[in-house]
Amino acid sequence: MNNEELLNIVTDSAKFDGAYNIRINGKLFDRKVNDNVNIVSKPNNSGIDIYIKDNTTSQTIGIPVILTSGDITEKVLNDFHIGKDCDVTIIAGCGIDNCSSCTSQHDGIHTFYVGENSKVKYIERHYGHGEGSGQRVMNPETVLHLQKNSKMEMITTQIEGVDSTVRKTTADLMDGANLVVTEKVLTSNSQTATSIFDVDLNGKNSKAKLTSRVVAKDNSHQDFYSNVKGNNDCYAHVECDAIIVGNAKVGSTPKIVANHPDASLVHEATIGKIAGEQLLKLLSLGLDEKEAEGVIIDGFLK
Amino acid sequence: MLQLVDICYSTKDKQILNNVNLTFKDEITVITGANGAGKSTLAKIIMGILKPTSGKILYNGQDITDFSITERAKMGIAFAFQQPVKFKGLRVMDMLRLASKDKKVALNSYLAQVGLCAKDYLMRELSGELSGGELKRIEIASVLARNCNVTIFDEPEAGIDLWSFSNLVDTFKHFEDQTKGALILISHQEKMIELADTIIVMAGGNVEKVGSRTEILPTLSIKSCNGCGGKR
Repeated sequence: MNNEELLNIVTDSAKFDGAYNIRINGKLFDRKVNDNVNIVSKPNNSGIDIYIKDNTTSQTIGIPVILTSGDITEKVLNDFHIGKDCDVTIIAGCGIDNCSSCTSQHDGIHTFYVGENSKVKYIERHYGHGEGSGQRVMNPETVLHLQKNSKMEMITTQIEGVDSTVRKTTADLMDGANLVVTEKVLTSNSQTATSIFDVDLNGKNSKAKLTSRVVAKDNSHQDFYSNVKGNNDCYAHVECDAIIVGNAKVGSTPKIVANHPDASLVHEATIGKIAGEQLLKLLSLGLDEKEAEGVIIDGFLK
Repeated sequence: MLQLVDICYSTKDKQILNNVNLTFKDEITVITGANGAGKSTLAKIIMGILKPTSGKILYNGQDITDFSITERAKMGIAFAFQQPVKFKGLRVMDMLRLASKDKKVALNSYLAQVGLCAKDYLMRELSGELSGGELKRIEIASVLARNCNVTIFDEPEAGIDLWSFSNLVDTFKHFEDQTKGALILISHQEKMIELADTIIVMAGGNVEKVGSRTEILPTLSIKSCNGCGGKR
């Protein structure tokens, strides 16, 4: 798989009409900045700072990372400083094509400072590929600081091929801030995935909606942990749905804590095989079992 | 033509169907009868969801008793579930596309037939975000989209409000104009039963009566129900 193909998978072939920073095998490959978005390298190649000016709107900013050789272990800190009244889309993600017998590992820590009234759509995709016996490891960590009345929509997807991942998201929300997270994770073979959410709803009328939809196939293992604290008059909804295929194992450990009498917190979790009636419905449309299973899983992770 | 020959079905401790012999022609047949009469079991046996303990199912002369659900669906048998199935992630549009044999027909038309506006529904997820009545109407639309030779609706009126019910009756009235096949309705509703060319009355796993609407309808003790899915 060449770099372009891998980049297209990670970015879902998105076109970056704003600034971008492409990192390949631990080095800056290409960067573009503009009047509203500046990207500055941190010292020692440890990451980048992305500065988005107040009132920046209608820009799609890309910061994909790919690793195509084995035996690379990197930890990258990317900080997003988003001004007030912005409306931007940020596309990130990591693709590892490891054909060697050595482990490739990318740990990305993305910290967002979202200014008042700003709206951010953050899309992050993870993908592993390669015939080598070397592990493909990704540990994305996302830290979100949402100022007054800001909105962050985070869509994060682990497509396939990641042997081990610990995905950590922490967030604190000020008055009127709104966080919507949709996480989709597919594991197969003996892969493991752990997802940890730690959200503090500190502001009045702050809202959070966390949705995790995962499919665990073969002998893979996934764990979901959420810890949502309502520290003010706020609302949160946490939903974890998992489909098990084969001998996979899935755990869901929710924790919702109301530290304020007007906090309203909900948690739902469903884990199980594909529902028999779903298969029957699709079979009755003329699909065979394999096709039906594919439609259900693809739809679930779409 | 669909024929059921000496169909029996039993569970470990109960006989559900006893030697059922029926022929379904290219017309509207309504199967009615009290709860527990075996109507839904019979419908599931036709679709292949349940296997009969004994007996044969013939479709255009071919023995399809051992055919899978998929094979029967491909041969032109369609089934609308009494309880619509929810799918997280699948949209109404996805379901109708999967169901529609004729890829040129606009999906909007199937929703219009069940009184739903396409622009409000095509992109929505077939999950708990939709009400029971909406899911039921989409279930019916998905079966209309199949345009099959044998179409079975298991209590299509259940869970549908009065306004939509009258549209649903109209849809079935025009069903014959659109398809040339057999329409089998399982229903307790007088308005539905009035659509029948042939009425089958079941009781205790047996076929109690079979005849034309004019023969059977006057013998049924059914009164019109103000709600839907009401059973008298």
